[in-house]
Amino acid sequence: MNLKKILDQLDIPAQCRRHKIPLWQCPQFLFLIMGLVIIGSAITAYLIGTRYIEDPEIIALIVLVLSSVLFIFTYIINISFERLAEVSRLKSEFIRIVSHQLRSPLTNVSWAIDILLSGALGGLMKEQVEYFRILKENNARMRELVKDLLLVSRLEEGALPIRRERISLKNIIKNLVSKFLPFARASNVKIKFESEKDLPEIFVDPHQVEIVVETLLDNAIRYIEKGGLIEICLGKKEENIFFKIKDTGVGIPQEDQKYIFQKFFRSKTTQRGVAGSGLGLFISKSIIDRMGGKIWFESEEGRGTTFYFTLPIK
Amino acid sequence: MKRIVFIEDEPALQKILGEALSKEGYEVIAALDGEAGLRLVETKKPDLVLLDLILPKIDGFEVLRRIKEDPETREIPIIILTNLERMEDVDRVSELGAITYLVKDNYTLEEVVEKIKKAIGE
Repeated sequence: MNLKKILDQLDIPAQCRRHKIPLWQCPQFLFLIMGLVIIGSAITAYLIGTRYIEDPEIIALIVLVLSSVLFIFTYIINISFERLAEVSRLKSEFIRIVSHQLRSPLTNVSWAIDILLSGALGGLMKEQVEYFRILKENNARMRELVKDLLLVSRLEEGALPIRRERISLKNIIKNLVSKFLPFARASNVKIKFESEKDLPEIFVDPHQVEIVVETLLDNAIRYIEKGGLIEICLGKKEENIFFKIKDTGVGIPQEDQKYIFQKFFRSKTTQRGVAGSGLGLFISKSIIDRMGGKIWFESEEGRGTTFYFTLPIK
Repeated sequence: MKRIVFIEDEPALQKILGEALSKEGYEVIAALDGEAGLRLVETKKPDLVLLDLILPKIDGFEVLRRIKEDPETREIPIIILTNLERMEDVDRVSELGAITYLVKDNYTLEEVVEKIKKAIGE
């Protein structure tokens, strides 16, 4: 058993895969490389020493001692990394389990409110309806958050497979725009959608792309105060499909811009009474990255934000 | 009166959706686990089965498989009502022959009732 453990430890690529990081970022791999460099430098030092210096053994000894100290340090760092990785994995699993357990009761509450609001169990006074609506709205926020948390934990655990299909992004956007029209109208926001003619279909996971477009569109509407305009453009740039969504919303302050794709980050302009989990953009970026695309934005506080993403055609 | 067998281990949900369906004029017979559900489907010959996937005793996948295996019950339409959202599960039940897969959390009560009405052919 112990021997198996040691052999497992030696399978460095497998260990790095388990931590879901590339080889060149993986401490175990770097540790191995460092060991090789140390051995190499000790030998080189010895060879140089024997040729040019009278007491080569002392030089070699010094190099060896220094290398051993370094070696021990890296070993300790390596162990700390493993602990952190384990904590992170447990946290992810915890979030997943809790979110899943929260889902059913939250659905029950939502449906119970639905049946009360429908009047099927007797009429309601105007004030009661108002309170039920508040309950419903807050329940919806909780469900949204739980859904996002589940998605994040699935993404982080690598448990969200990409199911690629040939799709027309234009149709997906069209459908989403019409789905969001009532919300946009209620917020006094106009949506314009333009698409280049004869765009090729792309080979992506339609459901996941939908999540991205939905997030960007929802954000754009949500962060426009007192009405405005959203322009969506779809085109082709070299070997990529190019998506752009421009809004006339509150914009992202300069100092917040570098954090915008971080998990749970919410800019101070977005916190003013606008509901949100701070997960939408993190999820969007993970999805676009995984499908080989790029996502970025330009924004000016008070004037609006433009988000872009690209997805490879092939 | 059209008859629905509702197999769901959560009494709260049974009450809520059961109530909503009764108001629409359906006869709803509920079971709290897979085994009881399967027996109800065999004896009551419903017009539709509403089935959760995570169930005590016999899970939803197995219930579905057995309903589809029995020539007597094979033709009964089955709607899966669950909060499992993994595509593997969706694929598995559609291979087994369920007609609709509803993730509870994605719908309002009204929408679910509409889907059920449609599936039952009204």
